[in-house]
Amino acid sequence: MDKYLEMIRIRFLMMLAYRTNYYTGIFIYSINIGAYYFLWTAIYGGKEQIQGLSVIQMTTYVAISWMARAFYFNNLDREMAMEIMEGKVAVELIRPYNYLGMKTMQGLGEGIFRLFFFSAPGLVIVYFIFPIRFTWDLSVWGLFTISILLSFLINTQLNLLTGITTFFLYNNMGLIRAKRVVIDLFSGLLLPISFFPGWAQGIMKYLPFQGISYIPSMIFTKGFSHQQAIEALGQQLLWVIILVIPIQLLWHAAKKQLVIQGG
Amino acid sequence: MNNAIEVQKLRKEFKAYSSRSGLNGAFRDLFTRNYKIATAVNDISFTVKKGEMVGYIGENGAGKSTTIKMLTGILTPTSGQITVNGMNPHKEREKFVQTIGVVFGQRSQLWWDIAVQESFRLLKKVYKVSDQQYDDHMNHVIRTLDIEPLLDKPVRKLSLGQRMRCELAAALIHNPPLLFLDEPTIGLDVLVKLKIREFLKEINEKYNTTILLTTHDLTDIEALCERVIMLDEGNVIYDGPLKNLKETLGEGKELQFQLLEKVDLAAVKHVTSGMPVKWEFDKKELIFTANIEDSDELISQVIAAVAAAFKIKDMKINETSTEEIIRNIYEKGAVEVG
Repeated sequence: MDKYLEMIRIRFLMMLAYRTNYYTGIFIYSINIGAYYFLWTAIYGGKEQIQGLSVIQMTTYVAISWMARAFYFNNLDREMAMEIMEGKVAVELIRPYNYLGMKTMQGLGEGIFRLFFFSAPGLVIVYFIFPIRFTWDLSVWGLFTISILLSFLINTQLNLLTGITTFFLYNNMGLIRAKRVVIDLFSGLLLPISFFPGWAQGIMKYLPFQGISYIPSMIFTKGFSHQQAIEALGQQLLWVIILVIPIQLLWHAAKKQLVIQGG
Repeated sequence: MNNAIEVQKLRKEFKAYSSRSGLNGAFRDLFTRNYKIATAVNDISFTVKKGEMVGYIGENGAGKSTTIKMLTGILTPTSGQITVNGMNPHKEREKFVQTIGVVFGQRSQLWWDIAVQESFRLLKKVYKVSDQQYDDHMNHVIRTLDIEPLLDKPVRKLSLGQRMRCELAAALIHNPPLLFLDEPTIGLDVLVKLKIREFLKEINEKYNTTILLTTHDLTDIEALCERVIMLDEGNVIYDGPLKNLKETLGEGKELQFQLLEKVDLAAVKHVTSGMPVKWEFDKKELIFTANIEDSDELISQVIAAVAAAFKIKDMKINETSTEEIIRNIYEKGAVEVG
C-alpha cells in the first residue's frame, strides 16, 4: 500500500512542476460555468422550474458538475496510449506493482491535487459571481463525497478500458476523443439526464455514464430525495464492480499479445 | 540452484502485417489483412550461472532485445521454458521482478519531471527497501557513480551521461542478484563508459551479481565479459569464452602503411608477390592494409619489402580487433570454434 500512496505524492509533485497549466485551468472552468449559467437563464426565461429543477438549482448543478469534473477527470487513457505507443510500458512492467492499480493511483493523485488547488478556489470565485446555493447539510456532503469517489472510479475504469485497447489497435486517438465526448454528453455534464427524451433516459439507465456526473451533482443540488440518493449510490457501486470484469479480461489478453514498439 | 538463468527452446513469433500496394490494395486491407509470421527468437537454449557476466551480442534485429524482454517477464514466449532466479518470469511477474534490475539504455525509468531523489524514493517504496538497507547500499552506489550533486535536479535537466548513471543507480536500489543491461553505454563518452564499467565490475565482485549485457560496443564486452552469446537471426551462433573466439578467429595481424608517393594497389601487391598477404586499399585515407598470419618472420619480411620499394610516411601493426572478428562472423553467418 505504501508504494501506492507514494505514487499519489509523486503525482502531486509532477502537477506542481507544471502549475501554470492549473492557473489557466481555473480560468477556463470559470468561463465554462459562466457560459452555461447565461445559457440556462436564457432557457429558463421567466419559468420557475423545468423538469423539477429551479434556475438556482440549475446554476448550482452546472457549477458543481464542472468542479466535480476537475476531480474525476483524468487523461489516463491518453497517457496509457502514449506509453504503449512509445514502448514505455516495458519499463512499467519490470516493476513489482500492478500497472493498472498504479495508473489509478496516479489519477487519484491528480484528482486530489485538482480538488484542492483548483476546484476549491474555483468554487469560491464562482460562488461570489453567480447565484449559487450551497447546502450546509452534512449528510448531503457525506453522500456527495462518496458519490464523487465512485464517479472517479467509474470514469477511471472507462479510461483504463480505453487505454488498454491501444494494445490491440496501436493507435486509438480517435476512440479516446469519441469516448470523451460521449462521457461529457451522457454523464449529464452538459445536460442533466432528466432533460433527455424519455426513451433516451430509458437507455441511459442501463449505461454507466450517468454515474460519473449526473448522480453526484443531483445529490448535491438536492435534486434527489435521500432514498433516491442511496439507490443511486448503489447503482454507481454496481457499475464499479461490473467494470472490473472487462478490464481484467482485456488486460489479460493484452499481456499475451503485447508487442513493445520501438525496439 | 547455481543457475541464474535457464532457457530452453525459447521461441518468439510475431505477426507482421504487410500492406497491399496501391489504392485498391489499401481498400482490401480495410477488410482482410495479409500477415506473415516472423520469428524473432528461434528455439534458443542457454544457461547463465550465478555471478557470471555475459555479453549478449548480435546485429540490430537479431532478437537480443526480444530475448531480454522475455527474460524480464515483459513478453510472453510463444513456446519454450524460461527459469530465471528459480521463477517463471511471466507467470509470477510481480514477485519475480523484485529479484532483477533492468536498465534499458534507450528508455528512461526515472520520472521525467521530478527530481532524481524523488524517483529513488518512490522506487525504494516500490521495492520495499528498508531505510537501513537503502542507506548502506545506496550511499555507496551514489558515491561510486558520483551522482550526489544530481539528486535534486529534475531528470529532464540531466545530460545523457548523468542520466545513465542515475538510471543504473535506480536499477540497483533493491540490490538485485541479477542485472539486465540493454545497451547501457549507448551514446556515452569514454569517461562515463569507463566509470560504468568499473562500477559494474565492482558490484559483480562485491555482491556476486549476475549481469547479462547487450551492447553494440564490443569494448564493453571485452572489458567486462568472459563469456559471450552471439545471436544471429534469432539463433545462437556462438556461446563460449570471448578468448576462444579471438584465438581461433583472430589469429592474423594487420599492417597499415601510408606512403609518401602515389602508388596503386597493383604495385604494392607486386612488391610482396610470393608472400601470403592479402592487401586492401582505402582510397579515401590512402592507407594500404596487409592482412597476414601472425608470424614475426613474415611481418618483418613484408615491412622490409615495402620499405625497400617505397617511402613510408606512417606505419602501424594491429592485432585483428574483436570488431573485425565479429564482422567476419556476421558476414559468414556461423562460427566454428574448436
